[in-house]
Amino acid sequence: MPADLPQTCDVAIVGGGPAGLAAACELRAAGIARVVVLEREACAGGIPRHSGHSPYGMREFRRILRGPAYAARLVAVAQAAGAGIFTGVAVTAVYPGGRLDLTTPDGPAELTASRVLLCTGVREKTRAALLIGGTKPGGVLSTAALQGMVYLNKQRPFLRPVILGTELVAFSALLTCRHAGIRPVAMIEAGPRAVARWPAALLPRMLGIPLWTGTTLRAIHGAVRVTGVTLQGPDGATRQIAADGVIVTGAFLPEASLLRASHLEVDGASGGPVIDSFGRCSDPVYFAAGNLLRAVETAGRCWAEGRRAGQAIALDLAGRLPAPSGALCLTLHHPALKYAVPQRIVPGGAHGSVDLRVTRAVKGRLSLRIAGAEVWSQRLSALPERRLSVPLAAFASYPGATDTAELVLEEDTQ
Amino acid sequence: MPLTDANSATFDAAIIGGGVIGCAIARRFTLQGARVVLLEKAQDVLDGASKGNSAILHTGFDAPPGSLEAACLRTGYAEYVDIHARLNLPMLRSGAMVLAWTEDEETALPALMDQARQNGVDYVELLSGAQIRALEPGIADTVRAGFRVPREYLIDPWSTPHAYLRQALENGAALRCSAEVSGGVFDGRFWRLQTTQGGVSAALVINAAGLFGDVVDDRLIARRDFHIRPRKGQFIVYDKTAAGLTGHILLPVPSKTTKGIVVCRTVYGNLLVGPTAEDQEDRETADLVPEALVSLRQRGAEILPALAGHEVTATYAGLRPATEFKDYQIRAHTTQNYIAVGGIRSTGLSAALGVAQHVHGLAVGLGLPYNALAQPVWPHMPALTDEGLRDWRCPGNGGIVCHCELVTRREIEAALCGPMPAYSLAGLKRRTRVTMGRCQGFYCSAELAAITEGRLVQPMSGAADAG
Repeated sequence: MPADLPQTCDVAIVGGGPAGLAAACELRAAGIARVVVLEREACAGGIPRHSGHSPYGMREFRRILRGPAYAARLVAVAQAAGAGIFTGVAVTAVYPGGRLDLTTPDGPAELTASRVLLCTGVREKTRAALLIGGTKPGGVLSTAALQGMVYLNKQRPFLRPVILGTELVAFSALLTCRHAGIRPVAMIEAGPRAVARWPAALLPRMLGIPLWTGTTLRAIHGAVRVTGVTLQGPDGATRQIAADGVIVTGAFLPEASLLRASHLEVDGASGGPVIDSFGRCSDPVYFAAGNLLRAVETAGRCWAEGRRAGQAIALDLAGRLPAPSGALCLTLHHPALKYAVPQRIVPGGAHGSVDLRVTRAVKGRLSLRIAGAEVWSQRLSALPERRLSVPLAAFASYPGATDTAELVLEEDTQ
Repeated sequence: MPLTDANSATFDAAIIGGGVIGCAIARRFTLQGARVVLLEKAQDVLDGASKGNSAILHTGFDAPPGSLEAACLRTGYAEYVDIHARLNLPMLRSGAMVLAWTEDEETALPALMDQARQNGVDYVELLSGAQIRALEPGIADTVRAGFRVPREYLIDPWSTPHAYLRQALENGAALRCSAEVSGGVFDGRFWRLQTTQGGVSAALVINAAGLFGDVVDDRLIARRDFHIRPRKGQFIVYDKTAAGLTGHILLPVPSKTTKGIVVCRTVYGNLLVGPTAEDQEDRETADLVPEALVSLRQRGAEILPALAGHEVTATYAGLRPATEFKDYQIRAHTTQNYIAVGGIRSTGLSAALGVAQHVHGLAVGLGLPYNALAQPVWPHMPALTDEGLRDWRCPGNGGIVCHCELVTRREIEAALCGPMPAYSLAGLKRRTRVTMGRCQGFYCSAELAAITEGRLVQPMSGAADAG
């Protein structure tokens, strides 16, 4: 095992992506002595490591960087700040009291930390989870797998793939294809329009690649390699087209397997941990930040969340963080409201806002009720996967005599 | 005495088909002292019916009493229990419960229990709905009654046949992959087989060609005693967090044609629901169908309501080599030194060792005596389940590559070498479980493609740049 991997530390950060590295910097800046980042991959930096295109780094470094350069810079800054970054070290279990089971190339190890920050990120949904039919040939990849092959290995897994999905990451996949000289046959979207915002959605047209909305991928064909796919169009008719690969993009899920196997409370709606407005989990030794909280935000937002979590942990270690008791428990009152994070609001919380998402396009009025009384409201016109937020200031009128707050959506009648 | 010496290209037995049955027969004949060659038409073994099954070690409680299947299940089960630890193979003593959800099914239970007793499975016990739910609180409260079969166990569907084959190979057997048998003649003493890898001579031919059993019979002995009617089974697999929802294998009351949809955990710590039973003509392709997968997910949640909140990790489909007959079709053709082993439909994994014993008995009956090895080698299979000591817990493993299934670099390297190396990602998956977890290769595909570059016949990075 890495010779200098300690057995105890002040803060252990699980996951060395943008959130984890930002937190490490903040903690060191706040004077916390022993900050350890545990990264299971061979290099820290997270997903931007293999996302070889712009724009990264505006929020963090005030300049536009490609993913790998951005990741390298995050690592360099955290190292310069004095954080101990250990790569090739995976956390296999977390226990009460900040005790972690680790595995390293040299075998198992244990680490006990005064505080633990979980930043394990997200992954894309698989063809299995999407219940796509057909055979299981080679050449069906997630965006992350494609980007790793293209940017890290200089490999070209296919030449004429179909891209499934139109979230922002699908356009990242499109740029990766362009970089590698891969020409996608089409982009497929089940919904009525591209999920990602303008101007990303203009990209396929600029590159001359058709974007087929209202279309689902029913089946993948081929024995050894993909030879084609069956699509179902808006009229219900199916057609087969030739393709030599499928990129299954987006539909992100928090990488919460460590969390789900632990004693920590999980939010079924977000798929991440239940946290309070300081990023604190149900066991107050544990904090969480970044895309583990929910799917999915940009690297820059995760970085900012990591900073806030680092600040909160530093305060906590100094005995200056408000106690988790007495937090408002936030509940959602409409099936189109997908999730809201944080789920618990402690007065004076470090998070600037409650982030929420909707499951489908909705128009109406969103309101916040505490103890039955409306304290905040806003007109809402929202699409899936677009960021929505309720400012924490809206909770300021918290009367202290209740423990629940409700987010209520009243949809416009057509 | 063996009929042939060790240096000759002539074998005592040529076994056609590298599925679980062929691998088990290769092991049995090798241990009995025969010089064996296993001929597989695909690039790798376990590429046909043995690719996708439910990974249960069946007692045979519901087999037709007095059938060959029941006999092979009984002896195969006993031998597996006896040898698994020496081969370092897992065996999860989960037990099964047969559950009745309707009045008709409930009425059928006593007869099924009688059948179990006739098959020598005499430790079954009738349970009320409340008793079932006391044992497995996750089961839906609509369950009416059932009975417990304590000795139905879970095993590893791939390490098991791999272990059989490896023991054969380490004791002198030969393996030829990409060797499809195109024809052959028996001269009264020896078979001369033509394969896509050249000629092979053998005193005895054993046809264990699974989904192509009738085709091979037709090619070699010009008759078809049975016709293969492929039956497709689709499965869905849930993430490890779902495995805690039931400790038992949950079986339905079987119908005339199928054992029905099973819910059980796997030795790897996942939970599976399946199979469907769909007759089809195609012997090679088992297509997944979205509607069938959705209905499996629904059925799973009807049996274990908490499943509704769990993530589907993997989907797969397999083909069982059913025939027009219910029982196994195993026949020795005495004048031709030929044994056909066909129609091993859904119980092959459990019965394989018993089938191998039976086939060896038939060979002895043909007047082909062998001298059993005095000191056979017993290979120690890599531990792929938490029952054994996993490599990631050991020093010098090179680091974890697949984090979902905790597969190390050393395990991947080992699977790419040795007497039966992986040629494809599919083969690597069956040997190590790499990319078979919840992320299905999101995190490790690129690293795996780098490790395996230039080392797989079917490269992960595709053929795009090959030309």
